[in-house]
This record gives sequence, C-alpha cells and structure tokens, in this order.
Amino acid sequence: MTKQVQQLDRVIIRFAGDSGDGMQLTGDRFTAGTAEFGNDLSTLPNFPAEIRAPAGTLPGVSSFQLHFADHDILTPGDAPNVLVAMNPAALKANLGDLPRGADIIANTDEFTKRNLQKVGYATSPLEDDSLSEWRVHAVPLTSLTVKALEDFDLSKKDAERSKNMFALGLLSWLYHRPTEHTIKFLEQKFAKKPDIAKANIAAFQAGWNFGETTEGFSVSYEVKPARLAPGVYRNISGNQALAYGLIAASVQSKLPLFLGSYPITPASDILHELSKHKRFGIRTFQAEDEIAGVGAALGAAFGGALGVTTTSGPGVALKAETVGLAVTTELPLIVVDVQRAGPSTGMPTKTEQTDLLMAMYGRNGESPVPIVAPMSPSDCFDAAIEAARIAVKYRTPVMLLSDGYLANGSEPWRLPEIADLPDISQEFTTAPNGEEGTFLPFKRDTETLARPWAIPGTPGLEHRIGGIEKADGTGNISYDPANHDLMVRTRAAKIAGIDVPDLEVDDPDGDARVLVIGWGSTYGPIAAAVRRIRKGGGKVAQTHLRHLNPLPANTGEILKRYDKVLLPEINLGQLALLLRARYLVDVISYNRVRGLPFKAEELAGVIQDVINSDQ
Amino acid sequence: MTSEPLFASGKTSVNGKGLSLVPKTDVKQSLKDFKSDQEVRWCPGCGDYAILAAVQSFLPELGLKRENIVFVSGIGCSSRFPYYLNTYGFHSIHGRAPAIATGLAASRPDLSVWVITGDGDALSIGGNHLIHALRRNVNLNILLFNNRIYGLTKGQYSPTSEVGKITKSTPMGSLDKPFNPISLAIGAEASFVARTIDSDRKHLQSVLREATAHRGTSLVEIYQNCNIFNDNAFEQLKDPEVRDDITVRLEHGQPIASASKAVVRAASGGLEVVARDSVSDDRILVHDAHNPDPSVAFALSRLDEPAFEHVPIGIFRQVSRPAYDTLMAEQLDEAATRTGAGDLSELLLGGDTWRIG
Repeated sequence: MTKQVQQLDRVIIRFAGDSGDGMQLTGDRFTAGTAEFGNDLSTLPNFPAEIRAPAGTLPGVSSFQLHFADHDILTPGDAPNVLVAMNPAALKANLGDLPRGADIIANTDEFTKRNLQKVGYATSPLEDDSLSEWRVHAVPLTSLTVKALEDFDLSKKDAERSKNMFALGLLSWLYHRPTEHTIKFLEQKFAKKPDIAKANIAAFQAGWNFGETTEGFSVSYEVKPARLAPGVYRNISGNQALAYGLIAASVQSKLPLFLGSYPITPASDILHELSKHKRFGIRTFQAEDEIAGVGAALGAAFGGALGVTTTSGPGVALKAETVGLAVTTELPLIVVDVQRAGPSTGMPTKTEQTDLLMAMYGRNGESPVPIVAPMSPSDCFDAAIEAARIAVKYRTPVMLLSDGYLANGSEPWRLPEIADLPDISQEFTTAPNGEEGTFLPFKRDTETLARPWAIPGTPGLEHRIGGIEKADGTGNISYDPANHDLMVRTRAAKIAGIDVPDLEVDDPDGDARVLVIGWGSTYGPIAAAVRRIRKGGGKVAQTHLRHLNPLPANTGEILKRYDKVLLPEINLGQLALLLRARYLVDVISYNRVRGLPFKAEELAGVIQDVINSDQ
Repeated sequence: MTSEPLFASGKTSVNGKGLSLVPKTDVKQSLKDFKSDQEVRWCPGCGDYAILAAVQSFLPELGLKRENIVFVSGIGCSSRFPYYLNTYGFHSIHGRAPAIATGLAASRPDLSVWVITGDGDALSIGGNHLIHALRRNVNLNILLFNNRIYGLTKGQYSPTSEVGKITKSTPMGSLDKPFNPISLAIGAEASFVARTIDSDRKHLQSVLREATAHRGTSLVEIYQNCNIFNDNAFEQLKDPEVRDDITVRLEHGQPIASASKAVVRAASGGLEVVARDSVSDDRILVHDAHNPDPSVAFALSRLDEPAFEHVPIGIFRQVSRPAYDTLMAEQLDEAATRTGAGDLSELLLGGDTWRIG
C-alpha cells in the first residue's frame, strides 16, 4: 500500500490524557524530534495542580500543545489541527478548542462505560454521531501496546504504561519526525532498567509501524524545516532560560550567585535547575519560607553576592517587607516573580499578568523598584541578565516578571555568543570616600545616584545600614524631616534615571493609525495577530515593553503619535492604568483572565475592531 | 570561559573552632576600637548597656580583623545594638535577622556573624527563622536578649512573659503559656545552647567565649532587665540575699548545684532539685554539656518552671555537628572537582542542539 504524503506549512498538535499518562513527556519528545528536524516551534504545556487527580476525571486532564512550522512562528497556536485523546476525559476537556474538520486520534480502549460515565457521556462519542464534524481515528492504543510487548516479561499494567510511546511513534510516523533521538533518549532515561527501555522503544516503533500499515491513516504529512537565522539552536523553556540567564549574570558580573528560594509553582524549576550547577559556585538555599528565601538572598548581597530569590505571586506578597529593606539599604537583589493566576492561591498552574501593580507598588512607603518583563521563553535569558545589570549598577532590588506561560512554554533558542554577552561587573568600594579617611555609605555616584557597595571584609569601611531612614551621606539614623524628603526623592530619582533602551515601533509602512502595545508574555500572540491584520491588508503598528519601571523615555511620545492605542493584558488593565495616569493617553484595554495566553485570532479580531472604529 | 571561586570556600576542614576561617589581626585591639561614633540611645538603666559593654570588651579577645565581624539584628530595643559597634552591621526587619544572617554566613565563611535579637523578635514574629537557623547550624552567634516584655512598642506582654502578665494589651492578665527559649532551642536541634545574665559580665563573657569557639549556630539567652516596662524581672538572680541559692551554675564536668540545692535524678526518670545537704555528693548529677542525648539538657531547661525557684545558667548543650556553611561549600568544591569549574559556553550547548546555516 503506498500512502499519500501531503505538504503542510504548519501543524498544531495537542496531546491530552490523564495526568498519569505521560503526556508532558510525550510532548517533550515530539518537540525534541521536531526541533532536531529543523522546524520552528512553540509549545504550551497545560497541566493540573494536583499531582494525581482521580484517574479518568476532567480535573485530571493534562495536555501539551505543540505548534511547528516551515516558517518562524510566534505562539503555540490557537486551535489544534490534531488532538490525541488518551481517554474520554481528555476528549471532553479539549473538544471545545478543536475546530471542525480537525483530526482526533482517540484511544478506544479507554472509552469504557465506566470512564464515559465519569465525565458524563451517556453514550460513547466515538460511536454516536456527535463527532461527525471531525475526522476521528479510533485506535486501541492500549491493547495494541500490550500486544506489541507480549514478548517482554512485563505485567499488563507495566506494558500499558508504554502506550504514550506507542502514540508518540504513531504521531512521529504521521508527521515524518526523526526517531533516533527518541530511541537514544529512552535508552538513557532507563539506563538502569534496560528491560523498560527496550519495552518503551518497542512500543514507540510499534506505533510507527502501525501508522505505516494500518488503513486508518491513508495520508502522512510533511512540514519542511524552517529557514531560521544561521546559528546553533536548542529548544528551551522560560524557566530554564531564566536559570541560565542568572548563571550568565553571575559570570558576567563576576559575583557568586546566591539563590534563596522556597518551592512554589510555577517557579520551582528555576530552583531545581540552579541547584544542578554548583560547579559555577552557585549556592542554592531552600529556605524555611518565602521571607527567609529573600532575607538570605539579601544577606548574601550585603556580603557581596548576586542575591536572587525566585517565587510566584503569593511569595512576592510575603517578601514585600524585605524588598522594601533592600530598597532603603540600596543593595542589589533580583526578585523573580513567575506570575500565576490569583488572587490568593488562585490557579497555580495557570498563567496571568496580574502582579504588575504589586511589583510597582506592593510595599509600604515610597518604595520604587525597577521592573523587567521577558517577552518569550528564550528572552528570559536576556531579561535575567538585564535585571542583574540594573540591580548591580544601581544597587537596587529588581523585579523580574515572568509568568506561567513563559515558564513552561518552550521555543527554539539561537544560542548567544558568550563573547557578545554584556559585561555587567561593578567594582566594590574599597577606599574611604569622605574627609579624613571616613566612609560615607550613602554618598552617591553623581551620575547613577548609586551608593557605594562596600562589603564586609573591607578594612576601614566598617559601616552600619538598616531599615530606619538614613542621613544622606553618612547613613546614620535620621528623623530629620528635610533629610527624609530628600532621601525619598533621591531613591525615586535613582530608579527613574535607570538607563533603559528606547521603545522601538514595528510599523512596516509607517502610516498605521492604530498602535498595539503589550508587555511580557503577550508578545507572541500580539505579534501573530498583527501579522494576520497586515496579511489582510490592514495597517497596525506594534510595540512591546520589556521595561515597566522605569518606562522607556520615548513611551509617551510614541503613544501620542497614534489615533488609537490598544493594550491587551491578561489582567484587568494594570499597565493601562499606569500609562493613562502617566501620559494621559486614552489607552483602550483588552483584558481576559482565563489562566491561558491570548489567541492570535482573538487578538486579530480585537485589533480589526479598533482599526474599523478609527475610520 | 570558566569562573573561579570568588570567595573563600570550605576547603579547610573545621573541627570545633568557630572562627578559624575568620582572618586574625596583628593589631592589638581594645574596647575603644569597637565603639562606633553613634550616641547610645537606650533608656538610662537598661540592661542593654551592660551587654553592649560586655561584648565590646570581649571582642578584642578574639583578635579578629574588625572588618570581618558583622552584627545583624531585627527590630526591637536590643536590635539597635549594631549601630553602637564599629564593625559591619545590618539593622534589618522584625524577626528576620536569622534569615539574613544565614545568607551572609552561608556565603561568607570568612566572617564572624552575630545575630542580636530579643524575645519578641526571635520568638514571636521570627520564631520560624530562629528554629530553622538552629537546626541548620550555620556558623552564627545568636544573642537573644530576653526581658520578657515588648519594650520598643511600649510595654505589651511578650512570648516569654509569665501567664497572667498585666500589660497595656492584657489588662486582665495574659492568657498564653510562655516559651522557654532554652527548651525551644534544644527541641529545634540546636548544637549550642546557653543562658547568662546581663549583670554578670564575667559569666556573660565566659559564655561568649565558648559560643564563639563553637562552630555552628550558638544560641545564648541573656536575661536582660527592662527597667521601664518590666523592672526587676530577674531580681531573684541579682539579690545577694537569695541569688546563690536560686542560681544553678552549669559547668561541664561539675556537679549541678547552687549554694543550698542540688540536682539529682528523680525516680520518675527526670530530674529534681533537692536540698544539697540531703544527698551525698555522688548522687548529685554531673553536668555533661557534650552528651549527644539532649534529654538531660532539656530536663535542666525545665528546672525553672513554673516560677524562678532554681534557675540554671551556663551552657546547657554543646555538641559538635557539621556547620551548614561548611557542608554547602563542600558541595560546591565537590561539584567543581567532579566536573570541573563551570563553563558558560558548555552549559548553553549542553542540551540537544542543532545548527542552521
């Protein structure tokens, strides 16, 4: 039987199953094969906070979406072309996102009466007409896997576990993915259990062979490699890129990294990653709580380390007082907030941009803090270095606002040349700066307004700092009204004066009347939406903020250049509030807080509406 | 590109000597060297003055480079302490000094790091940090000034105030049972636990001597009189009429007894205090501060319950256990030995990579 091969320019696949079905691993491996093949790609894992929700239920569904293409892409895709549903719950939870005509590969073995009942299906959707508008491929994935592993000395339960590898094999055939990497990966992952490795490889190959021989799949698909900029690439998630960025910041600042952290979703992976790299002299300290995490980081910074704490929103709330102490003692500190849906515990595994105002204002007193927000998973690397640069140069805590979408999403990353990374080192102060050999810990650099950073162990510069207001220059305790006013204004001026690059506007023809502006992780969906508008002949300009405090100097001028300014945010308008207050520009807010990133199509519609209303 | 270790790591094996990694000075130091230019601003008569003077006159004995000494404090009257010492100092926020000091000491084994705290700071708002610092055993000297009252906020009861304490916030008497800081510290796996008193400089300094020689976290509870809000809280221990009968001095290897009382094993399995002349000398318990089993030290810490009838002072417990900062540094060294110092380029290329163009 010869099978037809169809060319596609892009595909969106969603693997969905029970949280015990190994969907994240399946997605990761398919991603690795796709990266190796040379497609551009973007991924979106989506999993429950429960480690093992009751099997077969809707809350237990875990999914992994992958968008890959023969051209550069910006998002994990709006709607899947293919859904792999390992059980009825996975089908039910994801069907709403699936456009008519899309493919569904369903594991029929799991469509039992009991499993159907668990999610409220009266009859099997595979057998009634309810899926007639989709192309359903009913495949008994579990029993085929068990059959393929008959010759292995495995219990039925263990054999069934390999069904995700069977599915991966089938999809790898369907989309012409290379197989060598997955086989090598399985050999390494189960190096200590060679039987399990062999069984998984056998299941993977059986899935591939099944695709090639079964009549159920008459067409396979090819997506040519993308033409990306020359260089060495790897696939990277936001959390991993952020961890690498912190390591690079340590090397480039010549400061030993000290991480004080308390486990919290979705930031823990940064702690895990940094803990693996002790050979860089990195000290990772799992503290007793969020407050101790930031406290230890600040203590280490006082001692001359690059102090970092990593957390999510609830942790930032707890750290606020210590961040305020870092503001007033003017010590470098990096506070990484991987934002998640709130308030309170909220939805720990879902994304949001709702901590911006907390980062700006969530401390007592006038307590300004610079804010940097990465715009894509790989940009987390550069954003971490930029946060460190500001912290060290200006002796200030810096908030780095990532989010759950960036943290767990991944994309190909063109590796930077180490030689091109900025040198962000600053000298410690080692000599007296006052009269008669005295040391004035709050005598500032006239250009940056940064104070000297003299660390313990430096003779002659013994000094005391603290949370009580300090006299300008000497740093002695001061309750003097005029001094306090001066210090409050000086700390504010220091942050306002940080050297951030100007905003750049993307407007190919230079005649757009509508500007869409965003910040942080919405870059991908906004840029994808802008492309759609332009493809349809529409005119729209785009700009994106990586620095939220201080804002680039030309922000106001740019905002005022356009008839209409649209600002999509995954919150209820937090940046819009700041821009309106600061620049008196009537920013149009578009807000959704569903725990998910925007879809490009949705934003294209919103942009089009704004363009239409401008005419 | 490789990164060199930037600060002293834990390569030196450290047994016992608390400050052996801290550089020594050749210059002869005196009390004056440790006085800062700041005017001391505690209430006249406050016990803090005596503790400050005792510490200032003790520090020269250590012979450390002054710039390698850091005092970290929280919030409260006692936490002003760092301003008055001409060393590095960090007056932080309420309850958090142990956490801040942990980060500093864990990353800088070449520093002598002290935490100055009070009963409210250490046992109420900062209770969590205190117990975790103790179990972790970072190289810190924690001085807990216990005056059994909130002074800086003007006289509310504290977590060490006796039940029924009448204060502004408890006009009908406080309801909650106080913490016993020594019991708490022993329960929290502390490796060095001692108690002393502000008015006995000699004893205070002898305890500091042992605390600084101990590598790991040392907790020293210092009974400190607040003459404004809780005057004479420890008067029995100072009154020449009764103090020798009440004070039970703990000295390693010595019988545990006051002038008129002795500590013996009770039939119940615990300890009891009896009249000294009612037992033969060989029945009096001999103090073993180095006993790995903490139960006797714990029982000793309970002798003063419920009232101050007999109060042990001295070192309850002093056991050797690896310090956290040493272990942490050893892991860094081991990682570098095993796989070589970090190389950024190698790190970035470490995953599955592919080349385009």
